Amino acid sequence: MTKEHANWSPYDNNGGTCVAIAGADYCVIAADTRMSTGYSILTRDYSKICKLADKSFMASSGFQADVKALQKVLSSRHLIYQHQHNKQMSCPAMAQLLSNTLYYKRFFPYYAFNVLGGLDSEGKGCVFTYDAVGSYERVGYSAQGSGATLITPFLDNQLKSPSPLLLPAKDAVTPLSEAEAVDLVKTCFSSATERDIYTGDSVEIIILNANGVRRETEQLRRD
Amino acid sequence: MKLDFSGLESSAPLYGGNNGLLCDGFSDAPSFDLPVTSDFDGFQKNSIQMVKPAKGTTTLAFIFKEGVMVAADSRASMGGYISSQSVKKIIEINPYMLGTMAGGAADCQFWHRNLGIKCRLHELANKRRISVTGASKLLANILYSYRGMGLSVGTMIAGWDEKGPGLYYVDSEGGRLKGTKFSVGSGSPYAYGVLDSGYKYDMTIDEAAELARRAIYHATFRDGASGGVASVYHVGPTGWTKLSGDDVGELHYSYYPVEPAIVEQEMTEAIVA
Repeated sequence: MTKEHANWSPYDNNGGTCVAIAGADYCVIAADTRMSTGYSILTRDYSKICKLADKSFMASSGFQADVKALQKVLSSRHLIYQHQHNKQMSCPAMAQLLSNTLYYKRFFPYYAFNVLGGLDSEGKGCVFTYDAVGSYERVGYSAQGSGATLITPFLDNQLKSPSPLLLPAKDAVTPLSEAEAVDLVKTCFSSATERDIYTGDSVEIIILNANGVRRETEQLRRD
Repeated sequence: MKLDFSGLESSAPLYGGNNGLLCDGFSDAPSFDLPVTSDFDGFQKNSIQMVKPAKGTTTLAFIFKEGVMVAADSRASMGGYISSQSVKKIIEINPYMLGTMAGGAADCQFWHRNLGIKCRLHELANKRRISVTGASKLLANILYSYRGMGLSVGTMIAGWDEKGPGLYYVDSEGGRLKGTKFSVGSGSPYAYGVLDSGYKYDMTIDEAAELARRAIYHATFRDGASGGVASVYHVGPTGWTKLSGDDVGELHYSYYPVEPAIVEQEMTEAIVA
C-alpha cells in the first residue's frame, strides 16, 4: 500500500543571487534582477532588495512569493516598533526579528535565503546571513542564492575576513574602501552570470553609509 | 489529593493557533503554523531536503575540579558544501550557563534563546537563579513536546549553580542525561578518543583547556564535517569566560611544526650531450 504523494508543491524557486559586504563605515547590498521559473525568465527587472529600516536592507533569493510575504511581515512589525518606541529599529535588532519571523514558520518554512545588510549603532557596516529557518550569524560578507557557491569562494579569496570567533578578537569588516567594494561586487556578479543560468540581466546595488543611501545599477549578460 | 499534571501536558498546539508575534506569551511554547497536508512526515522530509539545515559538528564538555570546560568547532556544512566556517556553536544562555549546538542550527539557536528567556523569568519569579538541572529539564520538556516533528537538537547544558558544576546532555528525541563528560556530533568519536585518554579530575584550568582544544583539533583533522575555529569556554563559580578561539589550521602547525628538510646534496641537471 504505497502512499500517494502530492503532485503539487506549494514552493517554486525563482532563482537569483544576493551578496552583501560590510565595511568599516559602509555596507554594500546587491542582488541581480532576474526572476525565473524552471528554464523560463519571468522578468528581467525584479528587485530582490527591500528597505526594512533606515539602516537595514534585506536582499532575498528563493521563492519570491514567500519573500514578498516576509518583507510585508517585517515592514509592518517595524512600523509597530516605531509607533511603540518612537525610533527606528537598529540593524542587529532587525536581524533577530528576521530570525524569529523565519523560525515561527519552522514547520512550513519561508523558502527565502536572506542576507541583511546595514549599519550598526556605531556606524560600522554589518551583514547578517540566514538559512531558510532562521539560524543567523553576523559576518563580514555573504552570498546567498543560486550563484552563492560560485561567489563565496571568490569573496573568501579577496576579502579573507578573520573569523569573529577568534580570540584575541579581530574585526570582521573588510579594510577595502567603498569604491573598491562596489567594484568587487560588480565583478562577482559578472562572473556568476557567466556560469549560473539563473543569474543575469542586471544587478541592483545599494550602498549605505553615514551620508545616506545610494543606488547603482549595472547591466549584466541577458542570455 | 489532586495531583498537578499540568507540567506533563504537551504545550505544543496541534493545528494552527495564534501567530504569537503580537502577544507577550513568553511562558507558553510559541505556536507554529502547520501545513495543511495529510502527509506531514513526507512534507517535512521534502522541506528538510529543500532547506537542508546545517549539521556535522564536534562539540564537547566535561566537568573537572575547577568547573566545566566547554569546547566546539565552527563549521556548518550543507551536504558537501561548507556553508560557514564561523558559526557560534557555544551559545551563551546567561552569564553562568552555556549551551552547545549540534544538529539544526536554527533549532538550537531559537530554543536556547527561548531557554534563556525562561531562565530569566524563573529568576524574576523566584528571586534566585535557576539550577542547571531545572534549566535542562525545561529544555528537555519543550523538545519532548515537539518529538516526531523533525526538530534536530543535540545540545549540552553546562553551568554552575548552588550544587557546583552541572552538565546535562539534552536531545530532540526527548533524551536528557546527567554526566561528567560528553561529546556530540559527527566528530565526537575522535574527540572522545583524545578526551578519554587525557582526562583527569584534578587538572588545572590551563591543562583542561588544552585537553579540550586538542580534542576539537583532532576531531576537525579527521572529520570532514568539522573545522573552522576551535572555541574553548570555562564555566566557574563566577560564570563563564571564553578562554580561546584558535583557527584549527594554525593549531595544526603549532602542534606539528614542519621541520625544514636538510638537503644533503643539491642535484644539478645532467647536461644531455
